[in-house]
Amino acid sequence: MLPLIQIGPLPLQAPGLFLILGMWLGLLLAERLAARFKSTANDIYNLTFFAFIAGILGARLSYAAQHWAAFAEAPLNLFSLNPGLLDPIGGSAAALLAMLIYANRKNLAVWLTLDALTPFLAVASIGFHLSNFASGKAFGAETSLPWSIHLWGLDRHPTQIYDTLLAILILGWLWLHTRRISDLAPGLAGGIFWGFLALNAAARLFTEAFRGDSVLLFNNLRAAQIIAWALLALSLFMRMYLEKNYAPER
Amino acid sequence: MNNIHTKHKSIFFIFILLIGAGWIWLSATPENSTTSGAIPAPQEGFLAPDFTLNTLAGETIQLSELRGQPVLINIWASWCPPCRTEMPAMQRVYRDFKEQGFVILAVNATNQDTATKAADFVADKHLNFPILMDTDGTVSRNYQISSLPTSFFVGRDGIIREMVIGGMSETLIRTRVENLFEETP
Repeated sequence: MLPLIQIGPLPLQAPGLFLILGMWLGLLLAERLAARFKSTANDIYNLTFFAFIAGILGARLSYAAQHWAAFAEAPLNLFSLNPGLLDPIGGSAAALLAMLIYANRKNLAVWLTLDALTPFLAVASIGFHLSNFASGKAFGAETSLPWSIHLWGLDRHPTQIYDTLLAILILGWLWLHTRRISDLAPGLAGGIFWGFLALNAAARLFTEAFRGDSVLLFNNLRAAQIIAWALLALSLFMRMYLEKNYAPER
Repeated sequence: MNNIHTKHKSIFFIFILLIGAGWIWLSATPENSTTSGAIPAPQEGFLAPDFTLNTLAGETIQLSELRGQPVLINIWASWCPPCRTEMPAMQRVYRDFKEQGFVILAVNATNQDTATKAADFVADKHLNFPILMDTDGTVSRNYQISSLPTSFFVGRDGIIREMVIGGMSETLIRTRVENLFEETP
């Protein structure tokens, strides 16, 4: 829908731009708030940097391992800039591994570090939903509501806007909550992270109902909602569990 | 005090999960109501918008007549550097898969190009897949092309599997075409 921004000879795709902008602003915010989680801007920066590099390398190698015959035809394509030649699962696994190794080496407290990364995730997810809005992905089902948008041949729910608004609300929640945690420290280590996950799962559970591209399970249930529900249950349970064990004495 | 608080909270959490489960139930939808295959739109999961164009060689090709064959629609112009770079890669993949029924439709955005320049480029690179001439830009418009090249991988059922904006490497084309052939016809 807003696919292109032309800067001189360089055509920038709006979807990619929102994604990068979201991650960059998210990183800036996470670095600024790091002290609230007894973390440092340096650790946050290094964690995301190593995760990013390892993620790209892991994603490309994992993709190449699955399609080695095609790469054998043109081995230099291992270095191709096509984002389509990345395996998201292999990439996430490599990124997670890199973060674990870094956290282990630097003796970082796992829960607090996860808390410290939530501002990054919160802003990046706003960028992600705006990117979907720009590309017309994650589109809604047909509706005659006055705020419907005309997309892909039908008047549809603007699901990307619903998601963006909820992501902004979640960022607001995070902002209010992190102000409180500085008083409570060590307080509820990990509580922010699981609370953030719970809110995101709830948001997805809600907005998936309006999507026009849902994958269905058992003939009529939306798969993403079932996964989101399970994630919500896990996050709420973890928050309860942490609260029981780490409740500050006052 | 804390215990009562925790207890209230767990009741609240269970309540939330019940509402969540109810919402899943309410938003259940009959099969095929969310897949948009029948609507033509230039987007993954939708029917590739149909077109009929003349080729450089003077033939007439209609997209919908190629149902049953995997198709790569590539929209290009001879002045666009990434288009020129990916064409030889497309040619190599075409050479390996055309026997199996793979089709490439290289749609020249002739409204932003000239037929002679396009023909010179095609001859120079020895391209032997059909080069379609979109003289008035209808296909570019229907496919909402904002950047050249843009490519669409279309399955045997005529539904777009993937849209790629920008130049493609040989491996990308090859793995996508392999995927199209792996699908059950």
